[in-house]
Amino acid sequence: MENVLCLNRSTGDTSVACCMGSLRTDDLRVDGRGCEDYRHMEIETEMVSNTDGSAKVTLGHTDVLVGVKAEIGKPRPMVPDEGYLEFFVDCSANATPEFEGRGGDELGMELSNTLYKVFNNRYSVDLKSLSISPGEHCWVLYVDVLLLQCDGNLFDAISVAIKAALFNTKIPKVHISEDEEGGKEIELSDDPYDCMRLNVENVPCIVTLCKVGHRHVVDATLQEKACSVASLIISVTHKGTVTCVRKVGGGSLDPESIFEMTETGKRVGKALHAPLMELLQEEESLGKKRQKVGFLDTTLIVAVSHCP
Amino acid sequence: MNECRETLFRFCGNRLRYILKGQVSDYVNYMRRLNVQKTENMAADMRLPTFRKQVSLSPSLSALDGKDLVVPGDVITSDTGFMRGHGTYMDEEKLTASVAGEVERVNKLICVRPLKTRFNGEVGDVVVGRITEVQQKRWKVETNSRLDSVLLLSSVNLPGGELRRRSAEDELTMRDYLQEGDLISAEVQSVFSDGALSLHTRSLKYGKLGQGVLVQLSPSLIKRQKTHFHNLPCGASIILGNNGFVWLYPAPGQQDEEAGGYYTSLEPVSLSDREVISRLRNCLLALGAHKVLLYDTSVLYCYESSLPHQIKDILKPEVMEEIVMVTRQKLVEQEG
Repeated sequence: MENVLCLNRSTGDTSVACCMGSLRTDDLRVDGRGCEDYRHMEIETEMVSNTDGSAKVTLGHTDVLVGVKAEIGKPRPMVPDEGYLEFFVDCSANATPEFEGRGGDELGMELSNTLYKVFNNRYSVDLKSLSISPGEHCWVLYVDVLLLQCDGNLFDAISVAIKAALFNTKIPKVHISEDEEGGKEIELSDDPYDCMRLNVENVPCIVTLCKVGHRHVVDATLQEKACSVASLIISVTHKGTVTCVRKVGGGSLDPESIFEMTETGKRVGKALHAPLMELLQEEESLGKKRQKVGFLDTTLIVAVSHCP
Repeated sequence: MNECRETLFRFCGNRLRYILKGQVSDYVNYMRRLNVQKTENMAADMRLPTFRKQVSLSPSLSALDGKDLVVPGDVITSDTGFMRGHGTYMDEEKLTASVAGEVERVNKLICVRPLKTRFNGEVGDVVVGRITEVQQKRWKVETNSRLDSVLLLSSVNLPGGELRRRSAEDELTMRDYLQEGDLISAEVQSVFSDGALSLHTRSLKYGKLGQGVLVQLSPSLIKRQKTHFHNLPCGASIILGNNGFVWLYPAPGQQDEEAGGYYTSLEPVSLSDREVISRLRNCLLALGAHKVLLYDTSVLYCYESSLPHQIKDILKPEVMEEIVMVTRQKLVEQEG
């Protein structure tokens, strides 16, 4: 009986058995969601003023902040007519005490490496549009991810936040002029609204599928993650193209279940893009009328003055 | 030959049929067709964030009158005639609060009782805890307090009668009864001088907990009542631990043995029971988020007002507000 075999002593015991039993036969998780339902998600862009683009995503209790900064740099020797992206994930000690000091470095490295793999193709972001003068100057987009709160499903939240931040990124337009000695001079336009936007249609979203018992679930909380031995990370574009598949976790996965999980991941991932783009367009259209919420959680403050 | 194939199909299902025929691509298409049907049902709920106001009925009904609330750094009084208690400190001869909470004045003693704090146990409190360590002759239990609580081997019911002397063999087989990671319900027997609690499970209603769901909330939200074990009429049972840990489990039915003891039944729980428990769990989280005092009546009212919604929708902010609003109104009506 897999309930007994998979009992996780450190966090779960019999609550684990209860959660897995319900998955085996029906589509009911502990919080009432189905196997393919996401938690409540809130997305906000343009929160950090000194970046070229930023976004904050709250997925249940997971909080992720992404900032994109565009700098002029030298293109890579193999591809002189393209710019590139650099990813860095910082696990802040705010999220859990385990991330104090160097505790979060390992997780941060793993997340960054996965992001490099996901974006390591010609179609996700149009890298040619980031080139200024081939072989000499190009735009380098430094994508910095900050984990504020951890409640499972980091990859999904990070990928949605990166897509939103890249959509929000405004890269200033440059003019290249030749001066007297023949050297090139780069001029940034003075107008803050004269900028170039990126086409984020093909940016993939990551879906994490955790294997719990015989079924797999999307958007696992920390509790459900503790019950699973292995997960599959799939990054899917809006057309359903898969850019990266990774297996994480110490357990093993049957090839047949990998196939099923890939199919589910493709389906779920494809369905993520449309509402996200709609929401981003809506937010953009609100313009100055949009009420910026930021990091303030009013319920926290009001609780002090309304004690029961 | 065809009959044989049909029988095989009926017993083994579509999957094997395709694989037997050697048509993997057909299988792939079959799976794809299955997948397309499901796409319409699900969509991730994404939205822009908005300011969420805390739910309150009306300013006059809120219990602000007569309650002195302070935040850390607030000056309570400049009068030097008072003795300072917990949660205060002297800052240049002014009595200042060091925690956020209510000021309590008892004759000449002033102390501040914090709103959000670790569990400070008293004798007789019912707690739900998790075993963290198995030591010599005792277990260490995590109960959301400042120190791990202690469950002595002599404070548990061993099979073979309560008056049995604890032998060396009992010590060696402690792990057979309670292991690291197990959940127990217990009562506070005494408090050590350093503040650690000593627990006991010397009644049939306490002991190892079987299948269920644990919800972790703040200890200040649990109302002190005569009994913390309730069998709710909706079909589930609840243990409201004073330390903020609430245990939801399916109603025991007609068993003679109670929830205590060391036998945990791993039989599958029925879907209706599981739905009730999931709904209760979401209701508890909603009540906790809006700082409503938890006791059996408030939990029940919240459950009833959440029935028109789907279980997974209860955690959406606007649905949570609506449910808590209705619950608060019902509670006020019940008191008035």
